[in-house]
Amino acid sequence: MIGKESTAGRATKFTFLGLWLVFSLFPLYWIVVTSLKAPGDIFTFPIAYWPERFSLENYQGLFGKADFGTYLVNSLVVATVAGAVATAISTLSAYVLARFEFRSKSALLMAALVTQMIPSFIALGPLYLLMTDLRLVDNRFGLMLVYIAVCIPFCTVMLRGFFENIPDALEEAAMIDGLSRFGALVRVLLPVMRPGIVAAFIFNFVNCWNELFLSVTLMNSDGNKTVPTALNGFISSFNIDWGSMSAAAVLTILPTMVLFAFASRHIVQGLTAGSVKG
Amino acid sequence: MSTTSTSGVRKAPSVRKEGGAPPRKTGRRREFTTRRGLVVAAFMAPAAVFVAIFTYYPMIAGSQMAFRNWNLTDLTDTSWVGLGNFREVFTDPAWGTVLDNTLLWVVGSIVPQLVIGFAIALWLRRRFRFRGLYQALIFFPWAISGFLIGILFRWLFNSEFGVVNDLLQRAGLIDEPIAWLADPRTAMIAVLIANVWYGVTFFAIMILAALQSIPDELYEAAALDGAGKARTLFQITIPYIRTTLALTVLLRVIWIFNFPDLIFGMTGGGPNDETHIVTTWMIKITQQGDYGKASALGLLVVAILLVFAVFFLLATREKKQTGKRGVRA
Repeated sequence: MIGKESTAGRATKFTFLGLWLVFSLFPLYWIVVTSLKAPGDIFTFPIAYWPERFSLENYQGLFGKADFGTYLVNSLVVATVAGAVATAISTLSAYVLARFEFRSKSALLMAALVTQMIPSFIALGPLYLLMTDLRLVDNRFGLMLVYIAVCIPFCTVMLRGFFENIPDALEEAAMIDGLSRFGALVRVLLPVMRPGIVAAFIFNFVNCWNELFLSVTLMNSDGNKTVPTALNGFISSFNIDWGSMSAAAVLTILPTMVLFAFASRHIVQGLTAGSVKG
Repeated sequence: MSTTSTSGVRKAPSVRKEGGAPPRKTGRRREFTTRRGLVVAAFMAPAAVFVAIFTYYPMIAGSQMAFRNWNLTDLTDTSWVGLGNFREVFTDPAWGTVLDNTLLWVVGSIVPQLVIGFAIALWLRRRFRFRGLYQALIFFPWAISGFLIGILFRWLFNSEFGVVNDLLQRAGLIDEPIAWLADPRTAMIAVLIANVWYGVTFFAIMILAALQSIPDELYEAAALDGAGKARTLFQITIPYIRTTLALTVLLRVIWIFNFPDLIFGMTGGGPNDETHIVTTWMIKITQQGDYGKASALGLLVVAILLVFAVFFLLATREKKQTGKRGVRA
């Protein structure tokens, strides 16, 4: 495989890779094109693969008729805060799991794995009741708390992989120089880990930004809805208005795409290091 | 401070800040001191508290609901009903379809994802111009939520104005537009296509990472022995990365099993509840307020996945042997 490559082999390879690229990007292209057509042009024959006239009407409708701006802000606030707090908390637990040996360690790792295995929907009902008792239903702060808990297990495993790639000697030297363990972590390790931590944050952010079922369950007033919950509302009505839907989809996908483009290399590293080892 | 004997360090460091914690390094990692215990506890505590309250507590509370008559529509009677909820699941006329669909969903997603992902990984192994860009581009589907992917493909497979029908008609493969999502069989095909679109990248990434760990010497040796492409693939590449393959597949099985988002967005389980998999069905039952039955279903999922976890552990245990065999080949 790594040896010589025949011309025919190369041709097959690039044909296939090219086809897959087209297949990968076409749905994204199509949703963007749909969103930029005038609402009337979406439902005309023959289907236009390039809009005859570009229009921002679908987008204007989102902010005029629907309160899409509010949903975007809600999602942005919840995902940013929850993603950041979860990353901070996971950094601490990942550090301990990477650097210390203790008896309950494998049990804790198992506990993290179990949360990934059990369908979270089994918790949906009881969580709703719990949040009712805490008076945190339909509350952005409450949703943040839940999202933090959802992000922590995987984020910990991912960050642990990054920590394990850094030699112990680094913080040992810092501690010999008189820094406390926490000081060594913050002042010496974290700067080295920065790409990993940024990737972990982005991963958390995107997960919270995209989360649907918890948000649908916990947020019921229109002013508190996050973007996915609002999109779900667009479906519930019998006929989907594909004009607004496609514009809303583009606005939802765009930020996560930008973030992923920015950090995909580190996320890939985290996924492969974290999950293969962990 | 200076009396501490550090095993690995010969010279005393020249600069030492005042007030820092004394380095206690004797028997590092083995000796369990109270202080170390406190550090571990303090660093683990925030994570543990969050996960305990918002993940484990509801999960355990949910598990006991499986054995009770728990229905939001009538909370006056939440008595214990033994296995009643499970009986309700098994006797539900939808259960058979749901199981079939789940199996089809898992196998029909995993197999193409693995095969295509493997091929892409092999093809990406050799550096070529724009390889980095290519990887970044095919990574994009990963930034999108399953639910939105469902919506995207719902539009693509739209019976009247969908692009899939249009392309098939232009290519002369079909005469009449197909109402993809109106027939459970074609709807299942459509959701599988969407999931393959989504999941291939993950396999490609994991497998590519594993491939890059294979030493070149193995291939050189194989080439010297005159091994052909197919032989090299089956006797060197696959055995060498077998553990990663097994782990990736099993992790994905668990994950896809628990992945209702795409179907939820694309068909909502319809038409007539005929494209539900276990988890989408569970969400529907939860939304109807029958927490008891939904929890019973959840426990069944856990039981099924535990079987997979056993495979998972067996696969990891084989790690070292496989590695050696790979080197010897």
